[in-house]
Order: sequence, then structure tokens, then C-alpha cells
Amino acid sequence: MKDLLAVVMLLGIYSLLSASLFVAMDAVDVAFTEAAVGAGISTLLMLVAITMTGRSEYPERHKPLLALAVVIVTGSLLIYGTLDMPYFGSAEAPIHQHVAPRYINDSMQEIGVPNIVTSVLASYRAFDTFGEVVVIFTAGIGVLALLLVARRSEEDEKADLFNYSMHEQHLILRIVTKMLIPFILLFAFYVQFHGDFGPGGGFQAGVIFASAIFLYVMLFGMTTARRVINQSFIQMIAATGVLLYGSVGVVSLLSGKEFFDYSALSSDPVAGQHLGILLIELGVGLTVASIMIIIFFNFASRRGNQ
Amino acid sequence: MAAPLCLFLTRPRLVWFFSIVASGLAFLISCLLLQQVMASGTISYELGAWDAPWGIEYRIDQLNALLLLIISSISTVVLLAADTSIRKEIPEDRHTVFYILYLLSLAAMLGIVATGDAFNIFVFLEISSLSAYALIALGKDRHALWASFQYLIMGTIGATFILIGIGLMYQMTGTLNIADLSIRLPEVAQTRTVFTAFAFVIVGVCLKLAMFPLHLWLPNAYAYAPSIVTAFFAATATKVAVYLLIRFTFSVFGLSFSFTHLPLQVVFMVLGLVGIFAASTAAIYQSNIKHLFAYSSVAQIGYMIVGFSLTTALGLTATLLHLFNHALMKGALFLALGAVMYRIGTTQLRDFQGLGRQMPVTMAAIVIGGLSLIGVPLTVGFVSKWYLVLAVIEVGWWPIAVLILLGSLLAVVYVWRIVEVAYFKPSLEGADSIKEVPLAFMIPIWTLVLANVYFGIDTRLSVQVAQAASQSLFGVSP
Repeated sequence: MKDLLAVVMLLGIYSLLSASLFVAMDAVDVAFTEAAVGAGISTLLMLVAITMTGRSEYPERHKPLLALAVVIVTGSLLIYGTLDMPYFGSAEAPIHQHVAPRYINDSMQEIGVPNIVTSVLASYRAFDTFGEVVVIFTAGIGVLALLLVARRSEEDEKADLFNYSMHEQHLILRIVTKMLIPFILLFAFYVQFHGDFGPGGGFQAGVIFASAIFLYVMLFGMTTARRVINQSFIQMIAATGVLLYGSVGVVSLLSGKEFFDYSALSSDPVAGQHLGILLIELGVGLTVASIMIIIFFNFASRRGNQ
Repeated sequence: MAAPLCLFLTRPRLVWFFSIVASGLAFLISCLLLQQVMASGTISYELGAWDAPWGIEYRIDQLNALLLLIISSISTVVLLAADTSIRKEIPEDRHTVFYILYLLSLAAMLGIVATGDAFNIFVFLEISSLSAYALIALGKDRHALWASFQYLIMGTIGATFILIGIGLMYQMTGTLNIADLSIRLPEVAQTRTVFTAFAFVIVGVCLKLAMFPLHLWLPNAYAYAPSIVTAFFAATATKVAVYLLIRFTFSVFGLSFSFTHLPLQVVFMVLGLVGIFAASTAAIYQSNIKHLFAYSSVAQIGYMIVGFSLTTALGLTATLLHLFNHALMKGALFLALGAVMYRIGTTQLRDFQGLGRQMPVTMAAIVIGGLSLIGVPLTVGFVSKWYLVLAVIEVGWWPIAVLILLGSLLAVVYVWRIVEVAYFKPSLEGADSIKEVPLAFMIPIWTLVLANVYFGIDTRLSVQVAQAASQSLFGVSP
């Protein structure tokens, strides 16, 4: 494929399709994440990257035969592996026999959160989720390390002015966006705090929140956005998110319980679980949103510099 | 016991000093852990107070404790020199970011080693890889970006393979806990799905490991990364991958499965040996010393693989010993190279002319490290090669023992090239101004060099631990 824009769009469509596949398999939370991250934010980020690099591919220098061979071998191995898998949805499958029954039957009493996915994610396997947040944090820091922009020069301001006049032209888009953004932000908060009861949670909420900001930047220019959100502030937020998550663990550690044992947070274990999950989801949301914004800002300012 | 976890909390707003404190703390903790494990056996810690198969468990036996010790000690020593070195190599405004990434990477490696949960391994693997890509890309040379990109592609493929493998295992057993997996896997061991899972995990780990045919990312990544990063990764990152290989084949899949379903023993043996020779030969022809030692790392990994493929307790002991010893050697060598880099700004072989006179102490460190790499008696290199040869002979494969010794001869050749240039060639013009490096470099370098010699003479600690670890591995998987 020579036109990279088409490639990005195809990737977005692919993500959306797999999201609907997940819905068909009753994995709503995963589908939600896939739609928000795969089809939403990563498409956006890739679009930004394309505006920086140009949208057509260089003529290829080598034949990708080796890659094709690797893909074919991997694919056939995967198909080979499926031959002995338990049937889809079969109740006898080991997944449904070993760990899952406890999650399904007891999580309501133990944690008191209707959405089982959330309780597995945020309590039984809280440490994994913590790791994932740190992954995102690392990614953000990595981008920061590589793309850190020095002070903006006057030239950039001029470029922004130019951009500004360009933005003027998309009057309809701007008005529609202005109307949409509050709802997107509100939806993000809904997803954030409703994660206990329905699909959703910190990851998705953070991404949705960030995409609202992206939208704003794309149509109103970097300078306007920077007036509201400055870089060091957003970095602080990112760090606070991770620390908030971690400190929930430390609190339980200090009160003599195991790391991430939320029952330490309150005298009633179930209430403690609630509080813990709420706090860590908040941490997740903060970090995800701010890291996404950091990445986007750094990309976008790069474009201004060129 | 809960203490190692405190580590993962030390996140942002950090400077060099803070990093050292964190890393030193980790070092202390892992010393204590090692002691405790040696005294009282496996320790297990349940995160979030959920029982193991439901929640995530930390499980530390002799093997983990040894690895934890290696990683945290090397990291602490390397950090001592970090401040001086990166001031030369990384722009001022990126220092904080550098330390954040460094600590993240350290925490992630400790996490991979400490955890007893397969998916948790993957999560930490991601953290460590991401921070590694960024750290490597921080190198001064523009090639660093390309090297990091290569590593990113290879590393991501590796990580994805591991994830696929773990996913398939979960599907067949319904559990992610390693101890639990090892109990439940044999029941379904005959299925193709488990076979596929095994294949994916092994290939994925070998990519991370830079085992011979899959090592292409390593030399460039090591050569263009900032010196401190190279010293840290060369001594730890591949060790973590070796740990994963051992953990997955021995603990998760079990010995009988790992080595009977596939001609794995032969494959690993051959690849290990070919790796030793190919990489050592490649090392001889390098003009950049960092490249040279990076290839030699690939060769040393070959030795570990050979020891591993013997599937005897002695062979595994040799591998673990070499793991420990190689961390010491490469840590010392790359740090010394960092010192050279600090003074003369490059690590090209021709710029080494006459350095033996200008920087006698640093060059002496390189020479001792090199001798250790060759395996001269009284250094750690000798100890691990001795055990490796013993292990091979125990199985009765004489030709392989001979081949291993021949491989050491190749190491003589490439180490000699450096010595020759540094000591027997006249200095370059204008090189008179080159002085010894500051004390901040000297102390960490010589700590590692002395450790090289010390553990070469007094082998009790390292051998005991390695033996205990390999015996316990064979104990759990008869």
C-alpha cells in the first residue's frame, strides 16, 4: 500500500471490527477498550505522525519475502494450535473450571462490585493493572525523552498564527466540535466512575478524555491549548496518577496488610474494596489521560518546529 | 518480605541521588532475600491478599534470589558512575527523564524475576522493553535511533509471541500462576495447543535473549546506547531473558515435556555452539570496541545455552554461574569503556592507541575483564568455564568440551587486539592531554573488577547458590 493515510484508516477499521467481534463474544469491556484505543486514539496519533512525515511511502528497497515467510509460519502454527482447543463456549473448558468460578460466584460478596471484569482487574489482579499503568507511564516518559521540545521560538508563534487562519476556515467543524467537546468530557467522567457497574473504567475514560483534548487542539491550534494545559503541569498529573495507585498499595502495606489489600482502607472489607477500586481507577484515568496528552502535544509541537 | 514491593513505588521526580538510594535499597533487600531463601527455602507473597491462583503471587526461590542479587547489585554499582558519564553523553534537560527510565527498567527487571505469575511477567516485560527502547535511543549518535527501532521491532515480536504462548496456556489450564501451571499442564501436555504455546514462548524468549540466529538487534543496540545504559543492560537484560528461558522450560512446562517433545536439546546445543563461534569471529573483525564486546556477549550467551541444553544439574549450575560471572565481567568492561568514552569521546579501536600509558588504571581494568572473558584462572570466567566443561564431560560429550575451549581461544584473539593497540602502539598526536577518569568512575569499575577476581578465587558463595538453585529446579520438575 503506497498511501499511508489509507493504511491508517484500514487499521482503524480493523480495530473497530475486532471491537465488534469482542462484543459478539460478550467481552464488552475489552471491546470498549479496543474501540477507544485501537480505533480512536491510536488512529489519531498515527494521523498526526503522518502529517509530520508525509503520506506516501518510500519505494521499497527490499522484498519483504522473509517477513511474509515469518507471518505464514506464525499463522499456520497458530492454526495448528487451535486444532486441540476446547470448543468455543464449552462449559467444560479449563478456563471455566479453575479460577473463574470463584470470580463469578464470590466476587459479589468479596468485593461488592457488579462488574466482575472490574473486580478482577482492580482487585484480584491489581498488581497487573498497576503494571499496565506503569507501562503507559513509561511510554509517555519515553516519548518525552526523545521528543522533548525546547522553548518555542517566535517563528513557531508565527506558524501558529498561520494555522490559526487556517482553522478559521473550518467554521462548521469548529462550531460542531465546540458543542461536542463538553459531552465527550462528560462521557469520559461517566465511564470513569461507572466502571464498577458497567463496562468502562480508568483506561477507557482516560483515552476518551484525552481525545476530546486532541480534537480541540486540532481545530483551535496548539497555542490556545497550551494556555490551558502546560507541559510540566500535565507531567505532574501523570506522575500523580501512578503515585496515587501505588500509594493505595503502600497504605495497606503500612497498616500491616499485604500490598493492594484494600480491606485495610476501611473497617468494613467490602467498603474498603470499593474505596480502593475507586481510587486506583482514578489513578489510572489521570495517568492515561495525561500521558496521551503529553504524547500528542510533543508530536504536534514537533510539527510546528519543522 | 514485603520490602521489594516498596521499590515499585519510587516513581517520578527523581535525581541521581534518589536513584542510588532506591537501587541500593533494592540491593540490600535482595541480599537479605538471598540469605533467607538459602536458609529457609521458597518464599511466597500474595499481592492483595488473594490466594495464589486467583490473585498474583510473588514467589522467590534460590534462582530468583540469585537473579535479584545480580540485577540490583550491578544497577547500584553502575549508577555510581552514571552522574559523571551521562553529563557528557546526554543533554542536560533529559537527565531527569533518563533516571526515571533507568529506575523503571530496573524495577521491571526485578519484577519479571520476582513474580510467580505468567501474565505478570509479560506486563513487566513490557515495562522493561519500553524503557530499554527509550534509553537506547537516548544515545548521542544518530544511529542510536535506528538501533533502538530495530530492537523495538524485534522486541515487540518477541513479547507478542510470549503473550500468545501465555494466552494459549491460560486457555488450556485456566490459570496464570506458574506453580499452578506446572501442576496443571502435564494433564493436557499431549495437545497441540500446548505444543504451540511452548513453541511461541520459547521463540519469544530467545528473541529477547539474543540467542544466536535471533541476535541481530543486540550489537547495534549495545554499541549506540549511552555507555551507562550499555553497562547496565549488558550485565542484566539478557540475564533476565535467560532466567525466563530456564523458568519456562523447567518450572512451567517441566523438564520431561520440554526436552522430549522437541529435539530441543540438540537444537539448543547446536545453536549455542554456532553462536559461540560465529559471534566470536564477528567480534574479531569489529573496529568499534563496543561492537566487539557486544558480539562477545552473544558468544557468552552461547555458553549459557550450551550449559542449559545439557539438562543436567551440573550443566544448569554452570549456566547460572556464567550468568552471575558474565554480569560481573561485562559490567566491568562496559563501564571501563564508558570511562574511555568519557575521556576520548569514542570507542573506535584506532583511538585506543597508547591508551595503556595515558589511562593505565582504566586499561588495566579492561585487561582484567578481558582475561576473565577468556577464562584465565583466578578470574570468574575460569570458574564458569571450568564448571561448563565438567558438566559436558559428565555427560560424556568430549568433542563439545574441546569446542568450548576452542571458543575461548577466539576470545584470546579479540581481547589481544585491544591490548596490542592500547599498549604497544604509539599514542596519537595530541593525546597527551588525556588523563585518568575521575574517582566517580574509578570506584565502580574497580569494584566490579575486584569482584571478578574475588569470585574467581573464592567461589563458595556463587557456586553454592547456583548449585542450590539448579538442584531445586530439578527437584520440582523430576
